[in-house]
Amino acid sequence: MIRTDTLHKSFGDNHVLKGIDTEFYEGQCNLIIGRSGAGKTVLLKLLVGLFEPTEGQVYYDDVSFFDLSAKEKRAIRMKVGMLFQGNALFDSMTVEENVRFPLDMFTKMTAKEKQMRVDWCLERVSLEGSNPKYPSEVSGGMQKRVGIARAIVQKPRYLFCDEPNSGLDPRTAIVIDELIKDITREDEIITVINTHDMNSVMGIGDNIALLKGGHLVWRGQKEEVLRSEEEVLQEFIFASPFLKRLREDALKVRDGA
Amino acid sequence: MIITNFLSGIGRYVLLLRSAIAKPEKFSMYYKETIRQMDSIGVGSAFIVVMISLFIGAVTAVQFADQLGDSFVPNYYIGYIVRDIAIIEMAPTITCLVLAGKVGSNMAAEIGGMRQKEHIDAMEIMGVNTAAYLVMPKIIAAVVMIPMLVAIAAFISVIGGYAAVVFPGIISHAEYELGVRSFFQERYVFIMFVKAAVFAFLLTSVSCYQGYFVKGGSIELGEASTRSVVLSMVLILLFDYLIAVLLT
Repeated sequence: MIRTDTLHKSFGDNHVLKGIDTEFYEGQCNLIIGRSGAGKTVLLKLLVGLFEPTEGQVYYDDVSFFDLSAKEKRAIRMKVGMLFQGNALFDSMTVEENVRFPLDMFTKMTAKEKQMRVDWCLERVSLEGSNPKYPSEVSGGMQKRVGIARAIVQKPRYLFCDEPNSGLDPRTAIVIDELIKDITREDEIITVINTHDMNSVMGIGDNIALLKGGHLVWRGQKEEVLRSEEEVLQEFIFASPFLKRLREDALKVRDGA
Repeated sequence: MIITNFLSGIGRYVLLLRSAIAKPEKFSMYYKETIRQMDSIGVGSAFIVVMISLFIGAVTAVQFADQLGDSFVPNYYIGYIVRDIAIIEMAPTITCLVLAGKVGSNMAAEIGGMRQKEHIDAMEIMGVNTAAYLVMPKIIAAVVMIPMLVAIAAFISVIGGYAAVVFPGIISHAEYELGVRSFFQERYVFIMFVKAAVFAFLLTSVSCYQGYFVKGGSIELGEASTRSVVLSMVLILLFDYLIAVLLT
């Protein structure tokens, strides 16, 4: 489990996160949702240690991350995979080299073992045969999948995804969501996804945390989302007029009107 | 404010270099990256270094020949002057000033681009010590390759001087050769290599620093690249003076 304890983050006078207390569970897709500027990306970057908190702590299985030495932090990071919003693929390397990079850097695997692992990961994300292509030669959805393959190549225990669906068409977005959900379930890992895509929330979300103005304003399981009468949650989820109308219709049916 | 920024900049520069001195996660990866940088810095800059040194040698020889005119200074001094100016000053300083523009700006842009595209964040999350992996191979490659380029530059300058004054018949082959062989002091070669190594370290570390801490977008990246060249050049000239004072 990953747990945050009264996490605060300020950039100068700008107090971005204000006392976040939450938990992210194993084998679940833990979603951080909220409007743009709510502090989702800052929270995600704090969780992986790219930012230092102004106050508070992040616990990886009860180990306080920010009290660790740089070497100990690196040991935890080697169990972390991350999918970036912009993919962060090394553009001078091929798809295969991108996926193989963590293995080249950290393992003593033989060339054959590495090749097998890379091929397995590419097959897992349905990209078999794309090994020699460069990131610029594949589509946005394929780049996301390369990013996922690179994130899982070292069999991570923690997977972080920063807006995995941004810039993708709805069908490709569903494919990426399903892939992340399957990997989470099969490998029993802790997946934390930062998104404002309602399809993702309802499609793959298990444990959901809603941020607003740097505060954690709601936390719960997916089933509770539709039932909740919490105004702040309804305001976010049913922001689109289409969804709002659907909900009103559903409530009318439920109430027998 | 300016003083605070200056001191904080120096602090971050020192911390970056301290982080860069670390045990590699995988020696073979660092070795591969160092070889790639050596190729880029050494082979990639050889042509421009040869061209510049050829003309610097030629211009020095022609202008010195003109200044000698009908004086009592013997003609063979042209070869001697070209050789010493090339070894002590022109080869290390001009070569490194040119490399600050070519190699330094390239390094700042490369690392800065990686920062902006979140490549550095991606490596950090994988557990890579990015300060070490991105900076140290570049410094090692530069400190090894740039002195070699400077030695080639000094040699080519002497050839350029020869071509400029012997082929048109200003002085004879024998006079130029006598000049090049006269009053040779080995310590000048030592000074040349000291300068080359110090300038190589300065231009790479300053450029990597500028790229590593870049913020914003393409305009800031361009500014960082320009700043790396300007700062490297100023530091090269400053250390040129300090080395001259200390070693001569």
